[in-house]
This record gives sequence, C-alpha cells and structure tokens, in this order.
Amino acid sequence: MKTSKKITGGLLIGITGFSVFLIIAILIFMLVMIIIGAKGEFSWKFITQFPQNGMTQGGIFPALFGTALMVIIMSVAAVPFGTITAIYLTEYAHEESIISKSIRFAVRTLAVVPSIIFGLFGLGFFIKFIGTGMDNMFNAGQLKWAQPNILWASLTMALLTLPVVIVSVEEAIKSVPREMRDASLALGATKWQTIRKVVIPGARSGILTGTILAISRGAGEVAPILFTGAAYYLAKLPTSLSDQFMSLGYHIYIMSTQSTNVDQTLPIQFATTLVLLLLTFTLNLSAILIRVRLRKK
Amino acid sequence: MKELKIETRNLSFYYGNKLALNSVSFNMYANHVTALIGPSGCGKSTFLRTLNRMNDLIPGTRVDGEILIDGLNIYDKDIDVVNLRKKIGMVFQRSNPFAKSIYDNITYGPKINGIHKKEVLDEIVESSLKKAAIWEEVKDRLDHSALGLSGGQQQRLCIARALSVNPEILLMDEPASALDPISTGKIEELIFELKKTFTIIIVTHNMQQAARVSDYTAFFYMGEMVEYGKTKKIFTTPDKKQTEEYITGRFG
Repeated sequence: MKTSKKITGGLLIGITGFSVFLIIAILIFMLVMIIIGAKGEFSWKFITQFPQNGMTQGGIFPALFGTALMVIIMSVAAVPFGTITAIYLTEYAHEESIISKSIRFAVRTLAVVPSIIFGLFGLGFFIKFIGTGMDNMFNAGQLKWAQPNILWASLTMALLTLPVVIVSVEEAIKSVPREMRDASLALGATKWQTIRKVVIPGARSGILTGTILAISRGAGEVAPILFTGAAYYLAKLPTSLSDQFMSLGYHIYIMSTQSTNVDQTLPIQFATTLVLLLLTFTLNLSAILIRVRLRKK
Repeated sequence: MKELKIETRNLSFYYGNKLALNSVSFNMYANHVTALIGPSGCGKSTFLRTLNRMNDLIPGTRVDGEILIDGLNIYDKDIDVVNLRKKIGMVFQRSNPFAKSIYDNITYGPKINGIHKKEVLDEIVESSLKKAAIWEEVKDRLDHSALGLSGGQQQRLCIARALSVNPEILLMDEPASALDPISTGKIEELIFELKKTFTIIIVTHNMQQAARVSDYTAFFYMGEMVEYGKTKKIFTTPDKKQTEEYITGRFG
C-alpha cells in the first residue's frame, strides 16, 4: 500500500516536472528560432527607421509609434472607465444585487469574446454608427470620421482590455483593509471622501498594474484594429485622431501574408516579432513586479 | 457631580435576523472610563460600534431602541451621521494608520472638516500628538511614513488621529490587544490622562486592564448586558453569578 502511494506520488511529481519543462522548452525554442530568424536585423536602426523598398528593407518605426500611440489613447479611455466601474462594483453595488451580478457577468463575458468580434463591433458601432453620425452633424455628410482611424481602433481596443482593468483594480481596491476605511469614516469622512483619499491612493499600484496589463494585451492584438484603423503602409506618422496608423502586430501579419519578396522580408518579420515579444514581456514583468510590491505592503 | 453623557434605552441590534444585542440600557458618564467586558461574540464590540453608528455600514443590520448622547437620540432621522462621527473618536483593535506620513495621518480629519491653514494644522498635529504621548518620539520625523512606526507607536498615533477632530467621546475597541506589555502600559497611562478631557468607552478582553483603567464596567454575555456598575464593585462583589464566573476566569 505504502509503496504504491510512493509510486503514484513520484509519478505525479514526474508529470508536473515534465509539463513545466515542456512549457519552458517551447518558450526558449520559440525565442531562439525568432532570434536566429531575425539574422541580425534587430538593431537600433531597425526600430528608428521607416520601412523601405516596399517594406523589404528598413525599420519598423511607424509601426512602433502607431502601437504606442494607440495604447496611450486606449489607456486614456479604458483606465478611468474601468476604475470607475471597479469602484462602483466594490464600494457601492450590493454584492448580491442584480445590477452587480449582471455587470460581473458582462465583464466576464467581455473577457472571453473573441477579439475579431470586437473588431467587427468597432466597425459597426464606432465607424458606421458614431462616425457617420459625427460626419452628418459636423461635416455636412462629408467623409471624415466614418472610416477607420486611430481613435476608433483605440476605443475598440479599450473595450477589449476593459475587463483586465476592471479585474485588477477591483482586486486592488479589495486589498485596501477595511480598518483603513473605518478609520476614515470614524473621523467624519463621507464615503466618497474615504474612497477618494484612502481607497484610491491605496489601490494606486493595482490601478497601475491593470493599466500595464491592458497595454501589454492591447499592444499585441491585431483583430480588433484590423477593420477599425490599422494600415498596411503609411509614408507618414499619424498626426490626427482621424488618421490611420501602422501597428506592430498588424505589420507582422501583412509581412507574412502580403510580402512582395518573402525571402527578403522574413528576417524583418522575425525581428518585428522579437520587438513585440520584448515589449509585451517587459510590460508584463513590470506589472508582476508592481504586484509583488503591492502584496508585500 | 458626574455628568450623564451617553444613555442607551432598550437598545437592540440585529444582523439580518440574528439578534446581537438584546435590549441594553445603561448610562455612561462624562470624564469617566466605562469598560465593556465579556467573552468573544457577546456583543460588546457591536455595542461600541452602535455608539458612533459604524454598524450602519454593514448591510442588513437593524437597530431598535435609543441611544441618547447629550440628550439627543443619535438614531433620530435628522441626525447627520458624518457630524456625529466627528464628535466621537474611535480607536480600533488593529492599529490602522493610513499609508501616509505621520503629519498627514493627523491632518486627515481636520482637513476633511475644512481646516486648511498650515499654522492651524501644525498646531493640531502638535497638540494631538502630545495628548497621545507620542510627540517626543516622532516630532523629528513627522514627514516619515506612519507605517514605519512600531505597533505601540502606531496605536498611539491612531489615538492622536482620533483626537485631532476634537471629539468629546473616545471609543476604544480592544486598543491594546495586539501590543506588548510596555506599549499596553503606555496606552493605559494615556487613558488615565485622557479621561480628564474625554468620555471614554473601552472594550477589552483583558480583565486586569478593565480593573485598572475603568471607573465603570458593563459585563456582556450572549448579547445581553448582564451587569453594570462601579468597576470596583463588579470586580469584588458582583451581584450576578455569571459575572462572577467570568471575572474569576471560570469561562470566557
């Protein structure tokens, strides 16, 4: 009996250890493949130059710039909105109330909706509905807003990343001890004063973590911006909210499917992948570090 | 000579359908310390928290009866809870300074009450910290985080914070239960000093502490106030058998 238990235990340890090894091995294999594939294409020039010769040479600066600008606009929309929702859920809504339950259900559902659906929604809602409405109202029906641009793409991405923000901020707000709120209320603070001066400052690192996680998610996604703002190639950087933009993820996609010269673009494609991976990896790592610091407190 | 400060009349309290306090009636006097003792779950903390209506924050709770402070029923419809809480300071079981500087911890309450003049705030900080007997230890590092203080210092800082809004009543919920004997001694000395100015109600698990610091003692058991009287009498010749058994340590 004892020996059989020992064998089962040993077997379990073996299987779990192998799984861990497999995961790490796959990750390392991918990284090595990408680095080899990039063939030294990855350099400072690569990230600061425009693509050249029909994107068979040169860098990816506009794609990097476009991604950065897009995630900034996205955060400006998603973080305040998500934070307010999280505050409502944790501080005001009754845990068991229908409103609270339906919001939570909606958030959970949003989190699992395939990203291409967000793209289609963005096309239908922002471009066709709001964009057309804006054009009719402000531009006498002339086409300006009812077409893909960086604003609609960012807002679509904001919808996609909203659950990430809401969940992280909620967790952070819950980690602010009840005693702190009690202390504030016992001093004669109103609920809103307590939230503003004790709860939100206490949840600051959680809000930051949520923002970074949302950015890292948004930076890598392609489907939501496919119809709502990403461009194949642009000779200049976007300067207005109604401009289209280039993005890293989309750049990888078009280079692997629409290239005029596959052999020449392959290293560029790998190098772009490496940039995107490093970007999301750094963002995720900083989110983890902030979270660890938050837990320690 | 003693002045009636708080009076409860048939005070009952419910968590949902569960009766947590059953028709409690007694008086608490100004400039005296009243200790609330009893085993865990007997309702003494619940009672304390009804006095500044902190229990209002828990959904599904209900209060019956009256609490009169200076003759006014604090559960009256016209009572502004926020104003009420300004009149009543509270110190909690676990020291809970804000993750702010020592200075900002003390000025939190006054700022909420609309005091923003630097000189006034400086003065409040100094006097509150002095009243809580911690001024000498922290006066050179007011801009440091309050979380860097020791447990005992944090608790005295919390007392100072409670005093910063000039309350008349101080509620203390087992203020020394998480502290070492030396810090506990300091808090007890402080209570002695503070009762000259404030009406103090203290919940404690520690029988000796109740005997040392309080003038009156109320013994709670299973949501009922079993016996109330001068501390000396409760601890030497209690009327009720339950009180005697609890005090002599036979249960609880």
